[in-house]
Amino acid sequence: MSATPETKNATLFEQLGGAGAVDAAVDIFYRKVLADYRINRFFDNVDMEKQAAKQKAFLTMAFGGPHNYTGEDMRKGHENLVKMGLDDSHFDAVMEHLGATLQELNVPQALIAQVAAIAESTRNDVLGR
Amino acid sequence: MLNITLGESKISCQANETVLEALLKANIQIPYGCQQGVCQSCLMCSLDAAPPVLAQAGLKDTLQKQNYFLACLCHPEQDMTVALPEQQGALLNASVIKKQQLTPDILRLVLQYDAELTFFAGQFVNLQRFDGLMRSYSIANSPQHDKILEFHIRRLPNGQFSNWVHDELGHGTPLTLTEAQGSCHYLPGRMEQPLLLIGTGSGLAPLYGIINDALAQGHTGAIHLYHGSRNQDGLYLIDEMRGLTKQFDNFNYTACLSGACVAEQAIETGYAQGRAHDLALNANQNLKGWRVYLCGHPEMVNQSKRAAYIKGASLSDIYADAFLVSNR
Repeated sequence: MSATPETKNATLFEQLGGAGAVDAAVDIFYRKVLADYRINRFFDNVDMEKQAAKQKAFLTMAFGGPHNYTGEDMRKGHENLVKMGLDDSHFDAVMEHLGATLQELNVPQALIAQVAAIAESTRNDVLGR
Repeated sequence: MLNITLGESKISCQANETVLEALLKANIQIPYGCQQGVCQSCLMCSLDAAPPVLAQAGLKDTLQKQNYFLACLCHPEQDMTVALPEQQGALLNASVIKKQQLTPDILRLVLQYDAELTFFAGQFVNLQRFDGLMRSYSIANSPQHDKILEFHIRRLPNGQFSNWVHDELGHGTPLTLTEAQGSCHYLPGRMEQPLLLIGTGSGLAPLYGIINDALAQGHTGAIHLYHGSRNQDGLYLIDEMRGLTKQFDNFNYTACLSGACVAEQAIETGYAQGRAHDLALNANQNLKGWRVYLCGHPEMVNQSKRAAYIKGASLSDIYADAFLVSNR
């Protein structure tokens, strides 16, 4: 990943490497999520291509890229999962995989923290609070 | 300004406008969602010009080859005639030239068609009976054969169409068929890539076509086919597959029997015991860089898709065709 934290005025998205970086991250991130017994039941019976597309939109947002996600979308999209018992522990697990994915891609710690902060900001909407 | 033709409508597309914007502006409603190339809701197909490369970003390579594109990303470079995926419904006439029993339940049906048809082995067409009853079947042969299509049709209990094909459809009986669809087929390029193909029952049909296509095009990577059924009665083309392994060093074939009471004799004569996808996935722990084809029972297809992905295959390298049974 061509992360260049020293570049002045570059947006977070540009520093992370833009759309190409999102593609690389989705591949690793979604695999980690599906392999995790703590959370993978929430992904049973989903169309994998559609789910990967959603992960891509989510990571694009978390990377500070162009998106049209709203808090309302997040609520609606996770409503059924909350009924299935989605709670903070599951959200934490996903955050863990996001961090590990970025580390695997050698993203500098300071940028990982920024991505994590954006992802963290969706917690209450995702959990319907 | 360029012209976009969709069915009966001809609209103009301004510079800086996408096909989606032009269609919506002309009050032509097509499915769309994110408008940034992510959700792929606005998938369309160009019937003439190859679409701009940027409008195919993120699509499976097989769909790209068939000139599919995303309307929201498409800034046309020339006039285009486009269609929605389900609009390519032209009907061709065909007639039966061969019926051969492959197993007690599965019939090899060979049709001759009369017009131009572009297809890849592994895609599917809809076969239509005189009264309009229609079902989808996968193509088991490559286009080099002269205007011929081969299908493997399994008789389903109470299956209106399959029972009719097995019991009543005679030589020379006319049928109609739609154009070929689907993205589960072979593409040359990356010839050294290992291929893993898993099929159950008549799911062998597309895989049989894909394998013959790959071998004919000179694929050099290892090709592993796992074909499974409950008992020996459900497997077919066994001798032909074993013959291919002798002919091609890179082709490997495992006939799998998953039934509870598989005879010892069967194991001794070269059958593997277990479900095809379990055997295939257990034998290959790391699928990073592999191309995977999955055809047959929907549950098998979905489980295997997930497992293959977790084992490292990238989603864009997994081609799946789940055989859904019609309730009509």
